Amino acid sequence: MPDAAAMEIVDLSFEEALAELEKIVRDLETGQAKLDDAIAAYERGAELKHHCEAKLREAQAKVDKIVTGPNGENRLEPEEID
Amino acid sequence: MSESGRLPDTAGPGHNTPVASVSELSAALKRVVEGEFGRVRVRGEISGFKRAGSGHLYMALKDDSATLDAVCWRTTASRLAINPEDGLEVIATGKITTYSSRSKYQIVIEEMELAGEGALLKLLEARRRKLATEGLFDDARKQPLPYLPAVIGVVTSPTGAVIRDILHRLRDRFPRHVLLWPVRVQGDSAAGEITAAIEGFNAIAADGPIPRPDALIVARGGGSVEDLWAFNEEDVVRAAAASAIPLISAIGHETDWTLIDYASDRRAPTPTAAAEIAVPVRSELVAQVLDDGRRLVSGLGRLLEENRLRLESAARGLPDPRSLLATKSQRLDDQAERLNLGLQRLVREKSSAAAQVAAGVRLTALHQLVSRAQERLANVGDRLQPQMSRRLVDLYERLEQRRRLLDSYSYERVLDRGFALVRERGGQPITDCKAACRAVDVTIRFGDGSVAATVAPDGNGPSTRKPRGRKPSSDNQQGSLL
Repeated sequence: MPDAAAMEIVDLSFEEALAELEKIVRDLETGQAKLDDAIAAYERGAELKHHCEAKLREAQAKVDKIVTGPNGENRLEPEEID
Repeated sequence: MSESGRLPDTAGPGHNTPVASVSELSAALKRVVEGEFGRVRVRGEISGFKRAGSGHLYMALKDDSATLDAVCWRTTASRLAINPEDGLEVIATGKITTYSSRSKYQIVIEEMELAGEGALLKLLEARRRKLATEGLFDDARKQPLPYLPAVIGVVTSPTGAVIRDILHRLRDRFPRHVLLWPVRVQGDSAAGEITAAIEGFNAIAADGPIPRPDALIVARGGGSVEDLWAFNEEDVVRAAAASAIPLISAIGHETDWTLIDYASDRRAPTPTAAAEIAVPVRSELVAQVLDDGRRLVSGLGRLLEENRLRLESAARGLPDPRSLLATKSQRLDDQAERLNLGLQRLVREKSSAAAQVAAGVRLTALHQLVSRAQERLANVGDRLQPQMSRRLVDLYERLEQRRRLLDSYSYERVLDRGFALVRERGGQPITDCKAACRAVDVTIRFGDGSVAATVAPDGNGPSTRKPRGRKPSSDNQQGSLL
């Protein structure tokens, strides 16, 4: 995993964002952080939380079927399966 | 032999037996063999297996005492349920025919199956060992599954319970975008389709029109060993092992193991379990994020509170800045004043020193000082001399006075005026009559000397004795004086 702290939040996967959020929470809860750092960490933590929530909201079921055409190319067709 | 085996009626001279050409005989034999045996099922072990460039398969089936050549035409070969290889115990179905060019008979294989489950499992184990030796099943090859895949590729039959189970479970836990690559999961073509599907998913470009899955599920419902056989085929297993996309295999039931299960990154006991492995539960994640958010706020709040308390307690330790300032200010005033005074005093001292120096520089002043001092000295000396002389004279005078006074008080002066002093022999003065009577012998002192006398009680002529010489009277004089 790349260094999550150095990355833009929008580029983070859900688990990277969640892992960083949990690290920030732990750091804050141990109370070891410097105040300025803590506030910066809190702001980043809040952004990470929103990012995680957005990722969770994205969840929509969608099922597509791969169809191979006569020339061997693949394309998608929506598939309804109960 | 029936009519079909009848030889051509071509008798030679001297013989009843007709003569036939080799071709005629071969054709007659072919008719007999094909007519007699037709379609057969034969069991034997494959040996000398060879795949020709034309696509036809050549091999021999043998047992411990006989060998039967076998051929499988290209079109049939691609549909065989198993891949023939040397050592396989198979049951081949086909027609017995002859190959006249070589004086051979052979079986043309139309179907081939493994001879019994024991043989199948033996094959499976041998293949497993072989692939394991190649390292296809090594743990080091296993890729971690993404925690939350965005797109999941599923390789399975589009019909049946498996895909429904997977989709339902995904929907329950965490709805995702699912790409289904429909394949047949059993039968002759199944292995090829499954292999193509796994490779096809891996061939999807990351930024192409079709989203590239970040997890694959290869699934099939339960069945017999033969039903699941496609997932034991080497091509399928190799495709699964080579998949760059993490792959979950879910073939059959809990107890069914196929070779793809060894090669996949994760084996799920059932298709439903594969869906559970593929995605976390969304509601739990939502709760976790919410909890993290709460802890984030309270963590920062606590940190702020702790810092505030530390600040307060530290601030209590600080002295009152006003008093600190006042003290400093007072010291400043003090020092400023002392600075001024010091400067003034310095100036004063310097100027007076300068004045002194300046005064000293004037010789007349110095001379005056010297002459004044000399005068004073002379003066003191002058006064000292007469005073001392006068004082000595005084002392002499006073001494003389005292001496004259002393003389005037002396009894000897009284004696000069005619009085006498009577003493006992012992020297004790006698001052009354009674003492004189008691003493008898006395000394009488006159102004010019002493005589001894005896006292007569009636007062008649006291016997006078020769004076004993004048006794020094300094003691008496002094005693009287005092």
